[in-house]
Amino acid sequence: MAKQRSIEVLVGAFMAAALVALFFLAMKVSNLGTSPTADGYRVTARFANAGSLKVRAPVSMAGVRVGRVEEIRFDKKTYEAVVTMRIENGVDTIPDDTFANIFTAGLLGEQYVGLEPGGSEDFVRDGDELTQTQSALILEQMIGQFLFSKAEEGGK
Amino acid sequence: MAFKALRRGARAVVNAVLDPVAELGRSGLKALAGLGRAHLLFLHILAGSAEVLWRPRLLLAQVFNVGVLSVLIVAVSGLFVGMVLALQGFYVLSQFGAEESLGVMVAASLVRELGPVVTALLVAGRAGSALTAEIGLMKATEQLAGLEMMAVDPVRRILTPRFYGGLISMPLLVALFSAVGVLGGYFVGVGLLGVDDGAFWSQMQSKVDFREDVVNGVIKGLVFGVVVTWIALFQGYDATPTSAGVSRATTRAVVHAALAVLALDFVLTALMFGN
Repeated sequence: MAKQRSIEVLVGAFMAAALVALFFLAMKVSNLGTSPTADGYRVTARFANAGSLKVRAPVSMAGVRVGRVEEIRFDKKTYEAVVTMRIENGVDTIPDDTFANIFTAGLLGEQYVGLEPGGSEDFVRDGDELTQTQSALILEQMIGQFLFSKAEEGGK
Repeated sequence: MAFKALRRGARAVVNAVLDPVAELGRSGLKALAGLGRAHLLFLHILAGSAEVLWRPRLLLAQVFNVGVLSVLIVAVSGLFVGMVLALQGFYVLSQFGAEESLGVMVAASLVRELGPVVTALLVAGRAGSALTAEIGLMKATEQLAGLEMMAVDPVRRILTPRFYGGLISMPLLVALFSAVGVLGGYFVGVGLLGVDDGAFWSQMQSKVDFREDVVNGVIKGLVFGVVVTWIALFQGYDATPTSAGVSRATTRAVVHAALAVLALDFVLTALMFGN
């Protein structure tokens, strides 16, 4: 029976080690430990162009991540992109005239939503909409505009 | 007379043409029959599932055989795979000035692909071959027949616990492999190559999703566990009961399991990550 017991102990240790590994993968390697998936409140914003913004992209304020993009939808009436963001519960003092931009991290980096606080005394609550937005910068459009203005200069 | 000789000649020619075709048909039918036997055995194994609950000790011994005894090889391989990934990834990423993404690269490739696949290949070689040899030898020495004589169903008593042992062990080994591999990548990336500690982990956490990546990887491990143990058990059970037969069956078990794992991995990846 001593052998049986040692087998039981070793199998138990094996399963415990595997569960620790899974826990490590969940908390340290993947986003389960950090993501505010369940809690937080929703704020929407409409953009004329969402660029290559992705679901789960960060929403940051002053460079600090305060939430994530939860959903990106197309509004077929206004032809706009409706971006739903989930903001952490702790960040509950965002003025309702806050400016929402879509920025790019670095030249080729991924796009994220940057919030610039306005001066209003009222704060946004769950389900509110940020009305002041600026679309993503599309590199091709910028290059096109640049070339166009250069050509105009040359014509003078 | 001349007419008869002509007929004989014509028949010889026709046979020479038809023989290879018949040979092809025979091997095709043989392969199909083998596939059918494998599926019948699978159903027979599943039918004995209740047996495992009745005798948890049998299952425990098999989790020990397949799982615990594979821990060392799986952990050491995971460590080295993670370390190599970090070295190679650093070389490419540093050319783009994106060393901080090393953590993402190591973790995502381990959790999604390398963890399940390499673990399955290791288990096929380490535990699968042992299962085949064990069952094949039991058949060759007529132990299975002996059990049948005592009105004990050898499939339910011998094969079912081994099948569930593999099924339970594989996902756990996959989790171990991936976790140890990430740690190996961390030692090399942060310790040796000087990637920033915080960036390594935070980039990893922001890009690796638990449900999408980790859980899918473990599910892959589960599927591979079923396939590897099933193939190993079938090859042993179906082996020609001689020394040469068992040896051939063991080889076949490893080769078939490796091919099945790699092919299935493509299908699973396409289903899980291919939108």
